Amino acid sequence: MKLTNWGKYPLVEVNFKDFYSLDTLNSFIKENKNIIARGLGRCYGDSALAENVASTLNFNRILSFDSKTREVECEAGTSLKKLLDVFVPRGYFMPVVPGTKFITIGGAIASDIHGKNHHIEGSFSNHLKSFLILLADGSKVECSRENNSDLFWATCGGMGLTGIILQAKFKLKSIETAYIKQETIKCKNLSEAMSMFEKSSNYTYSVAWIDCLASGSSLGRSILMLGEYAKKEDMSLDLNLLKIPEKRKISIPFDFPDFALNSFSIRLFNFFYYHSFPQNIKKNIVDYDSFFFPLDRIHDWNKVYGKRGFTQYQFVLPKSSSKEGLEKILSRISQSNQGSFLAVLKLFGKQEGLISFPKEGYTLALDFPISNKLFPLLDELDKMVIHYGGRVYLTKDVRLNKEAFSQGYPNLEKFKAIKYKYDKLNKFKSLQSERISI
Amino acid sequence: MTKYLLVLGASSDIAKAIACEYAKEGYNLYLAGRNIEEIKKDGTDISIQFNIEAKACYFDVLDYNSHQKFYDSLSIKPEGVVCAAGYLGNQEKSQTDFNEARKIIDTNFTGCVSILNVVANDFASRKQGFIIGISSVAGDRGRGSNYTYGSSKAALTAYLSGLRCRLAKLNVHVLTVKPGFVATKMTEGLKLPKRLTAKPEEVAKDIIRAQKSKKDVIYTKWFWEIIMFIIKAIPEKIYKKLKL
Repeated sequence: MKLTNWGKYPLVEVNFKDFYSLDTLNSFIKENKNIIARGLGRCYGDSALAENVASTLNFNRILSFDSKTREVECEAGTSLKKLLDVFVPRGYFMPVVPGTKFITIGGAIASDIHGKNHHIEGSFSNHLKSFLILLADGSKVECSRENNSDLFWATCGGMGLTGIILQAKFKLKSIETAYIKQETIKCKNLSEAMSMFEKSSNYTYSVAWIDCLASGSSLGRSILMLGEYAKKEDMSLDLNLLKIPEKRKISIPFDFPDFALNSFSIRLFNFFYYHSFPQNIKKNIVDYDSFFFPLDRIHDWNKVYGKRGFTQYQFVLPKSSSKEGLEKILSRISQSNQGSFLAVLKLFGKQEGLISFPKEGYTLALDFPISNKLFPLLDELDKMVIHYGGRVYLTKDVRLNKEAFSQGYPNLEKFKAIKYKYDKLNKFKSLQSERISI
Repeated sequence: MTKYLLVLGASSDIAKAIACEYAKEGYNLYLAGRNIEEIKKDGTDISIQFNIEAKACYFDVLDYNSHQKFYDSLSIKPEGVVCAAGYLGNQEKSQTDFNEARKIIDTNFTGCVSILNVVANDFASRKQGFIIGISSVAGDRGRGSNYTYGSSKAALTAYLSGLRCRLAKLNVHVLTVKPGFVATKMTEGLKLPKRLTAKPEEVAKDIIRAQKSKKDVIYTKWFWEIIMFIIKAIPEKIYKKLKL
């Protein structure tokens, strides 16, 4: 069947298989090669595309929960949505969430996801106690920091290339309410945004939406959103504090025509969006779903990019070169007239790992509609990112080349050695891993 | 008052989805089947999700002699029973290997009769309860491609119909469910037309709704009633020549 992921590009013919039991999954792995696991397909490009795609969605059970240790164990196909639906009403939250709740735990590990709180709480692997992985030879191995730690570190952020994660154990956080105290600050330009980030680094959650098409003195004008868990005393309303209102979902029924999202319409949107925020700092309380997953409300929002699809270019630059690097990159993008209404800046803290993406510094993520003009621009941006000591995020990528990838990840050879140790025949391979030669 | 739902054939994807729907309504569960390891995991998952108790019980629909004992072992008698035990089997094999034919017939019909007789007798004596029998559209008319399965389901449909008559005056409700194509383990190898194939969750929602509104027979999804009406209307002379 034809398969694509969130960016709707590329669309390729694959042998897609659902599994109902471990036995059939085992046989499948024995009999095939060029296999990659796939959860909800929320990577943007070809990380979860291969000749053979093994869907893990039927392995979606919660296996245990200990309220004393707050440790939950679940099968790898369990979605964040299911976990939040079950545990938020009980006063627990996921330690790290990305921009959508429609991802699986397997994907969370393979991409070593990060959220708006990385500068304080790190990525998902930071909260991961252990997991069980199915290897190319059919064996099931338990991995943790103490046990098979090489495989543990290679699998976190390892893009599914070490095997198929079957189940995982991780720790939840305690929360008093399902609400977040949000502060919204308007920043005139990139300098102001970065200095506000630094000033607000004690906030648990921070993220800035950037108008990536603004230029000159308004380069990098943004809306900074800070968040903190709302405690019981912050809540004025007398309601069930761990329950949030059901929201009506909107659906995008069809692919927008390609011309709908163009540099003019995007500039217009960005202008109005930026100016819709009041000048002074705005404080309010929002439910967790609206704060963390604002786009999830719009089902299939990726259709606004039309049939051509889109990709996301996300990179990180070390703090020391961030100001200059971001300015140069944003200028280049604004000049190119390619870009979109979704450009997001976050602050990263320190991070361990082999080919896991986050490292200390600033990370910028930008959506780009796919076009012929795009790839040369991104190649240029790659050079700039590498020049400033940064790297690109594989989970969003669809066109990164081998050189640009390897230059950004100094632990790549270590990763390859571990991968070879556990997958000599290179059974676990994606279109992406082939492209960047892992 | 702790109310229980007994799910027979709990490894079935449809059964699991039904169990979830009833757990949402606060029912505790008896999940009965042969694959105890997996059923226990399903039970844990559902009990954590919905804060109810789920007990995994060993049950073999083909071990008729064990059925009364099995039912007697349930300390709190269930308020409702779902019979989802089923076996699709292989039509071609069943034509030459009678063991396959017998397995299809006994799993889908004889075994169900055995356990449902036990349940029905208990419900009749208590004058309360509901029984949901998962039959199939395949039982509406025998098709060349799966008539061993189809005939066993036809038998089940007739049994449930008669049971409904017997129990109606005793305040016990019997619901016959006829699913069409459903994406489950059972239909794993088959290439089913996407538009006509339901998800187990959709089927389960249809079923709980129908049970609560005391419907007697439902097709799920709804359009199968129309499809089967047409299929049943085709004269035999023409029908026998079709490749269905």
